[in-house]
Amino acid sequence: MPEPILSLNDVTKEFSVGKTIVTAVENVTLDVAEGECLAIVGESGSGKSTIANMILGLFPPTKGQISYRGAVLPERRALEHRSQIQLVQQNPLSALNPRRSVGASLRLALDVHNRGAPSERPRMVAGLLEEVGLDPAIATRAPSGMSGGQRQRIAIARALACQSRIVVLDEPTSALDVLVQARVLRLLNELREKRGLTYLFITHDLSVVRNIADRVAVFQRGQLIELATTEALFENPTNSYTRTLISAVPVVSQPEIALRDNLAAGARV
Amino acid sequence: MSNPLTLDIKDLRLAFKNWAGATEVLHGINLKIAPGERVALVGESGSGKSVTSRIVLGTMQDVRSARVSGQVSFEGRDLSSLTSAERRAVRGREISMIFQDPTSALNPVFRIGELFREVLKRREPKISMAQARTRAAQILNDVSIEDTDRVLDSYSFQLSGGMNQRVMIAMALINEPRLLLADEPGTALDVTVQAQTLALMRNLVEKQRTSVLFISHNLGVVREFADRIYVIYRGGIVEHGATAALFDAPQHPYTRALLSAIPRLTGGGVPEIEERSPDFDDPFIDHAEVR
Repeated sequence: MPEPILSLNDVTKEFSVGKTIVTAVENVTLDVAEGECLAIVGESGSGKSTIANMILGLFPPTKGQISYRGAVLPERRALEHRSQIQLVQQNPLSALNPRRSVGASLRLALDVHNRGAPSERPRMVAGLLEEVGLDPAIATRAPSGMSGGQRQRIAIARALACQSRIVVLDEPTSALDVLVQARVLRLLNELREKRGLTYLFITHDLSVVRNIADRVAVFQRGQLIELATTEALFENPTNSYTRTLISAVPVVSQPEIALRDNLAAGARV
Repeated sequence: MSNPLTLDIKDLRLAFKNWAGATEVLHGINLKIAPGERVALVGESGSGKSVTSRIVLGTMQDVRSARVSGQVSFEGRDLSSLTSAERRAVRGREISMIFQDPTSALNPVFRIGELFREVLKRREPKISMAQARTRAAQILNDVSIEDTDRVLDSYSFQLSGGMNQRVMIAMALINEPRLLLADEPGTALDVTVQAQTLALMRNLVEKQRTSVLFISHNLGVVREFADRIYVIYRGGIVEHGATAALFDAPQHPYTRALLSAIPRLTGGGVPEIEERSPDFDDPFIDHAEVR
């Protein structure tokens, strides 16, 4: 394996709640290869969002290090590091400032990270909107008048504005209708290929994971309990909790029902 | 009429009055539910599925800008002929509802036991707290809650989402309603918890022979729960059929798109699907008539 773009080395995160200490993430070691889509899967409370927040540098790990291309990321990150790792949130309406036009939101990302000459930036905003399949004319509009799918595209465009290398996608399609979800997932695939991006795809929807991720990391109560390629995980999950997770997914076709029943019976071990 | 339908909706229309006149959001919905039957209404956000349930519940009629027309009959009674007070008497006793997010649907300033008593009072206004607790404990057992005393003494924010969802299901069914409206139950929960609570809900409605109108955007969830499915698109029903028939041979272009857009657990990549297509507006297809 070439040098990983991101590594977590024995990362632990503890929160103190009153007098008790809650361990949200425990001794997680994980390498992410450049250009891959790694799914981070688990139920609520499994620590997947804590991991994402540490990777984004919102708070430091209690123990262990996170490294970007071999260099340990400091507690207070420089602008350059922050621009390398960007976030797309679950609810695009709360992620976009309602009082700022779409164009201004994107422009702000360019300004903060100092991308391009100031005179160039309006053109760059239009380019970003086109890249995510939107009409550049919507730059003057507010996010409130837009559909969920459009808003999520804007959030994606903003994450790409500073030429990020890693995008943390926190349940990016779970608030969207299935037809819209399919379009946004296709867009994410295209962008990854075109820009050579690395995705950390946080979700609890395993049917989405199956179709977009290269590898899957399954978390339960703060621990990494299974890490495998997507193929291997769905064909032959070794962990019983992973099997439970897969067999709880509501399915719609006969082959899926067969797969699920197989797993539920524990027939393939 | 002997043995009337639990719910019979005929040519239901809903419009909202605004400065430019009126905007119609439901364009003549027809839907029937027989006693003990579980029927699903499936569609995307904005398709009109939730307002349909609000009309059945009778809360939409109290919205000033809403104009409802058409007929909604519940066990042979025309709901529009009832007064506001009579509608309120039906609500919570004969028709009850489960909401998407259980934690925000339960009042956080009352203990669960007190909430149960409020619900039971709709049927028996003089019920004592002790009686209410006994009744509540019985039905909580039916949704696999063992430590009923702890739950009844808790506030909703002290319980997990899955626990609150079970409490909601128990509360909606404690008065043995004839019709249960379930609006995206469990969508806010983890998949494993959702699967579990749906199984519990299914057992309980089977036991009580309650008719259910299950509203969802997720065809996968519906497949395991419903006997029949109506697919709704932009305020009109586009396809109706028995669950097996609809999944095995979807006829309408919209239903097909909806089905193929769901990522498969067996892989195969993300499907190439349009968000909108002119043939989504094709006329209604009824599997019962095709046969």
